[in-house]
Amino acid sequence: MIWLESIIGLVLVIFSAGMILVFSLPRLRQARRVNRLIPAVQRLRRAIGLAVEDGTRLHVSIGKSSIFSATNASALVGLSTLERVAQLSLVSDRPLVATSGDGTLSILSQDTLRAAYRIANVPEQYDPDRGRLAGATPMSYIAGTFPVIRDERVSTNILVGNFGPEVGLLADASDQQNAFTLAASDALATQAVLYAVAEETLIGEELFALPAYLQAGPVHQASLRLQDVLRWVVIGLIILAALLSFFGFNLL
Amino acid sequence: MRAPIWTAVAISIGLIVLLGYFIPPELAQFGFILTLRSLLVGWAVILAGVAALVGALNLFLIHIGRMTASRNPDRYSILLVVFFVLSLGFGLYLSPADPLYQKVVTAIQVPIEASLMAILAITLTFASFRLFQRRKGLMAGVFAVSAVFFILVGSGLLAPLQDLPGIGGVLGFIQRLPVAGGRGILLGIALGSLTAGLRILLGADRPYSG
Repeated sequence: MIWLESIIGLVLVIFSAGMILVFSLPRLRQARRVNRLIPAVQRLRRAIGLAVEDGTRLHVSIGKSSIFSATNASALVGLSTLERVAQLSLVSDRPLVATSGDGTLSILSQDTLRAAYRIANVPEQYDPDRGRLAGATPMSYIAGTFPVIRDERVSTNILVGNFGPEVGLLADASDQQNAFTLAASDALATQAVLYAVAEETLIGEELFALPAYLQAGPVHQASLRLQDVLRWVVIGLIILAALLSFFGFNLL
Repeated sequence: MRAPIWTAVAISIGLIVLLGYFIPPELAQFGFILTLRSLLVGWAVILAGVAALVGALNLFLIHIGRMTASRNPDRYSILLVVFFVLSLGFGLYLSPADPLYQKVVTAIQVPIEASLMAILAITLTFASFRLFQRRKGLMAGVFAVSAVFFILVGSGLLAPLQDLPGIGGVLGFIQRLPVAGGRGILLGIALGSLTAGLRILLGADRPYSG
């Protein structure tokens, strides 16, 4: 059984990697494909544009997940989003600020910001203080992020990553400052809290689609298409398993 | 291509660690991959420890800067710096495992965190009242109705109805609904995690500048 699991896992990874490469091919990339409309992302793009025009600040908080934990995928999405938002707001008078709740993530956020400035040929504008560790525990992270939202003329808060339900306090603080908030987490309880508190929320796998919707690159679009393919595969397998179980076939 | 050498290093190490998960331990001829994976993961853990230290130092320096700023110095940063130095000093002198040190730190940290959770409870209560101002449409209604309904079900108020013929089965079905919905969302998150990891392995996402 362990062998079977290993083989299925390996096949899934190889198939998925192959599909991402295939979907990234220029011919398939140019094929007409319209992504499902996510109003929250449209409002985010508008808020980023307005922040750049107004000379107000953007704040990206990428969560408290360690890069070595099981929830690190959301942190990686947070970093991709940070890079893309940094690129979109390079011309702003007030540079973007990034906060995180983990030492590794704070270093990676600094490195991501540095890369964004270097690619735009303005490395002298990079300030390492813009990628901050707000706190090392979930609550101290929230408490350490409050002053950024309150005191740094932030007009848009993007909370993308792994958060606990306590992130509701940040969404509420943002609301009190009349700032736009887009929040997304991979934790179920947090998604429910954010739906009630945050101005815009991404539910479920929408979190992982965010970089693709911000035009982060062809591979992000390809991985979004792969997610759609895999979703249909999973739906098919669930229906098949239910039917087999209904007709008395024992799958295990 | 951005940082090709570091990208190649990251991809190679990622592939070795990933391969290690697919090789059963009893397969002796590939044991060296498992050994290599353990070694690399060990290095990563050490790096994570150093990163935590660098992050804490960064936090300290930022607050020193805010405390000593010529325009609008932050008085809360003074508190953070003082207590940071005190915690570090006593931690190094007594060791973090010292019962007195742990007692003092816990006596400060736990009430503060409990207060924040209490504020969160009030915030959520007010947010639920304002939900319909913020969100229009069917989903807000479904969210509010299901939240109230499942609070009632979870509180056990409907437990006596479980024994009634027919109603018990319906209640059991309804109680399974959130689990099914949660699993659906988790499946989507798992697929998203898979593609996010693959983007790193393919070198498309590089959260490092090199």
